Amino acid sequence: MVAEHASEAANMGQQVGHMILHHITNGSEMELPWVTDVTHKVHLPHIPAFEVLGVTIDMSITRHVVMMLLAAFLLILMAVLIRRKIALVPKGFTSMVESFVLFIRDDVAKTTMGAEAARRYTPYLCTTFFFILTCNLLGLVPYGATATSNVSVTAALAFMSFLMIQGAGMRKMGVFGYFKHLIPPGVPWWLAPVMFVVELMGVFAKPFALCIRLFANMVAGHVVILSLIGLIFVMSVWVFPVSVGFGVFMYLLEIFVALLQAYIFTMLTSLFIGLLVVGEH
Amino acid sequence: MEGLAYLAAGLGAGMAVIGGGYGIGRLADAAMHGTARQPSASNDIRTTMIIAAALIEGVTLFAEVVCILLAFK
Repeated sequence: MVAEHASEAANMGQQVGHMILHHITNGSEMELPWVTDVTHKVHLPHIPAFEVLGVTIDMSITRHVVMMLLAAFLLILMAVLIRRKIALVPKGFTSMVESFVLFIRDDVAKTTMGAEAARRYTPYLCTTFFFILTCNLLGLVPYGATATSNVSVTAALAFMSFLMIQGAGMRKMGVFGYFKHLIPPGVPWWLAPVMFVVELMGVFAKPFALCIRLFANMVAGHVVILSLIGLIFVMSVWVFPVSVGFGVFMYLLEIFVALLQAYIFTMLTSLFIGLLVVGEH
Repeated sequence: MEGLAYLAAGLGAGMAVIGGGYGIGRLADAAMHGTARQPSASNDIRTTMIIAAALIEGVTLFAEVVCILLAFK
């Protein structure tokens, strides 16, 4: 009888694993809030993959793509709604958005880059911050999926930041001057090649860390909540107070993490740009 | 033999959390000391603490991602 119970629990564990994977990963079907029959999912269009220079690119619209398009649409809507209301003393919704933008311009950009570079790079920082924030928060809404829990999305965002950072450095120092800058001054000549390689690895490692940090934070939050709910199925149904209680707590923590990760991504990008534009003291 | 992968994933995740938790605990300790010495600097210290905590947690999550890959493949 113990063996039966164990195999039953293992079977249920596998199903819970499937459920968690289904919620985290990308898929070609979406469930809509107003369709109550769970078997009726919307099949998203599948655009056949095409080859470009030997790389297969699959442009089909999946759940995460829909979420990213929704985030972009919401941000454009926000911008359109605010246009008319920009005044010296804004009120209401405009004021809230203005507080976010001012926060990025003053506390993130000006402290790391100085005032004049901040003027040039604040638009990109604001775009990054608002887009990541919206994508993260859309994942917490019922029937929503987190686009940033897809490593391709975070890799693309980190690649954009990489381009901005290198562009800023090369704009400031010239392309050749930028590579010369990678060798720290006051280093003996026989050590210079090693230092160059190490600094070059650092140049690539920092955006990679940005990518993985955002991706892992987003996935971890969802996996924990889903595992806690799945625990109800694997163990008995009477663990539900603990599961639901912890689940609610993790949900609130996830909201905080969504904000924090958007801020950290933006702050680190700004920091790296500032290091190249202003130089270390 | 596949059970070993699960075992490794569990052990790895646990050890990653030990390192991360200890590091962030030390960080919070330093932040508390700094704020106690100069309460007027508490805002700056708080900002720096959050940035450092996110960086340390990023490293911890590298290990977690590796463990998840182990468990699901």
